[in-house]
Amino acid sequence: MAPITTLHYLVVAAALFVLGVVGVLTRRNVVVVLMSIELILNAVNLNLVAFSRIWGLQGQIFSIFVITDAAAEAAVGLGILIAFFRNKETVNVDEVDLLKW
Amino acid sequence: MTPSTLQTLPQGIEYVRILPEIVLSAFGIVIMLLDPLVDQRRSSRMLGTIALIGSLAAIAASQYQTQCPPGTAFWDMVRVDAFSIFFHIVVTTVTAVVILTSFEYMDVQQLHAGEYYALVLFGAVGMCLMSSAVELVLIFIALEISSISTYILAGYRRRVAISSESSVKYFLLGSFATAFFLYGVALMFGATGSTSIAKIGETLNAGPVPLLAYVAIALMFVGLGFKVAAAPFHIWTPDVYEGAPAPIVGFMSTAPKAAVFAVLLRVLFEAHAPGRLWLIWVVAALSMTLGNIGALVQDNIKRLLAYSSIAHAGYLLVAFAALPSSGIPAAMFYTAAYAAMNVGCFAVISHFASAGERRVTLEDYAGLGRRSPILAATLTLFLLSLIGIPITGGFFAKFYVFSAALQADLVGLTVIGVLNSAVGAYYYLRVIVMMYMREPREETPVAPIPFGLGAALAISGFATLYLGLLPGRVLEYARSAAALLR
Repeated sequence: MAPITTLHYLVVAAALFVLGVVGVLTRRNVVVVLMSIELILNAVNLNLVAFSRIWGLQGQIFSIFVITDAAAEAAVGLGILIAFFRNKETVNVDEVDLLKW
Repeated sequence: MTPSTLQTLPQGIEYVRILPEIVLSAFGIVIMLLDPLVDQRRSSRMLGTIALIGSLAAIAASQYQTQCPPGTAFWDMVRVDAFSIFFHIVVTTVTAVVILTSFEYMDVQQLHAGEYYALVLFGAVGMCLMSSAVELVLIFIALEISSISTYILAGYRRRVAISSESSVKYFLLGSFATAFFLYGVALMFGATGSTSIAKIGETLNAGPVPLLAYVAIALMFVGLGFKVAAAPFHIWTPDVYEGAPAPIVGFMSTAPKAAVFAVLLRVLFEAHAPGRLWLIWVVAALSMTLGNIGALVQDNIKRLLAYSSIAHAGYLLVAFAALPSSGIPAAMFYTAAYAAMNVGCFAVISHFASAGERRVTLEDYAGLGRRSPILAATLTLFLLSLIGIPITGGFFAKFYVFSAALQADLVGLTVIGVLNSAVGAYYYLRVIVMMYMREPREETPVAPIPFGLGAALAISGFATLYLGLLPGRVLEYARSAAALLR
């Protein structure tokens, strides 16, 4: 069997990235959109760790920062979502519609 | 500890290089700690004053940095030179003006002041760090510090539906854009083996540029373009600006933008980003055109200024397409002038909006010239500056940008820019005509201008006029700073 190269990881990461982008663009529920954004961030992490095989530890350390940031972002995002839910009683993106020209 | 680890510990001077950030964080933490301890009814004034002192101390700290020799700190994560100090001063001054504006706003809107001021200061920490960071990891962290603070601040009127809605929109699209930026950073790390901008620049300069680097630059540009509200990544801007509290719109349309433009300057010029010219050409032309056309049909002044800020991001990007020697100082001057006039505009708007932000349509401004001559006169000054009329900062900002573009033979882009400025004049003048040539719709007196707001208007008005009458010193400083960047 052929060995798993860095390229394999990159392809998986790219697939995750595309899945995340499609999820953000097509899903109605804000919580699912948030999960899709997390998916993109995980694609980033996978990339960083894969590149670490070539360039050294730096990428892995960066990915720890990314994980931490994703947690902070999720906490703030869900808080914002709760504030929104109290006003509108919905978490669907297509009902976020008070503001438009 | 062994001597070798002692040697690698940061030295005293390294702490001076992040002094404004330290000061701002310390004051932010003090506010968070004091908030539950002080009496609710009086806390707003007191915490606001502490925040104001914090921002003034940060301005002083940035001034102090000019006395110290330029250099890097913390293992080449941060570099403080004339370039970053310029943006430190812009960001901290905007912060001070926004805090002055917020004194009255918090009382009138009956908002809880505690976290508000702390978040403004924390946001400013991120923006200051962004302008001095020379490492993509630190740039990312700083970008997130500033973004997450502004996500929360946008929804600060949390019982008001449009405010929390603007916050949701800002958050979702903002973190989507950050994810793109990060993906770009990861690919750049893969392409060059480093996250330090200087090293990336060396690698890209030395050999053939890998395809991966082009993709990385494009993705990073998407993320940063979103943060500065450049078309085609501008869709969020009008909605978020309409719903967010007015002083915060003044804040997030100026300070984070200035900081992200600093990052863009570093990434694009210092890293010798490949393929930047046509990328910027297209985005600048699109931003100017879509921004100005969108602004023509707006009735809400906050939305109008949102489209105007898209257009101004476009003018600024014109400077990025020019040669570095004239383009970088022009871009720096533009961020300072734009910060002065826009934060002033929103100071007027947040005062006039009154409880619940009721008065924000253009109709409401009818007859303001008679009802409150001072407010109308200052708003007129800022709007004239946004048009780019001589003796205001906006004039020289546009002048330098377009002359830099002409020096680089970007005739097409300059023509688009000048035509757009003419279109832009229409909707700014519409507001001025409204204020002076229409009968007032209601005769209720406008609330008198309190001291804090008066100071905010005075500072931004002075800065606008200063940059318009004596631009030489600031431009010279920007030139010397730009020379360090290459």
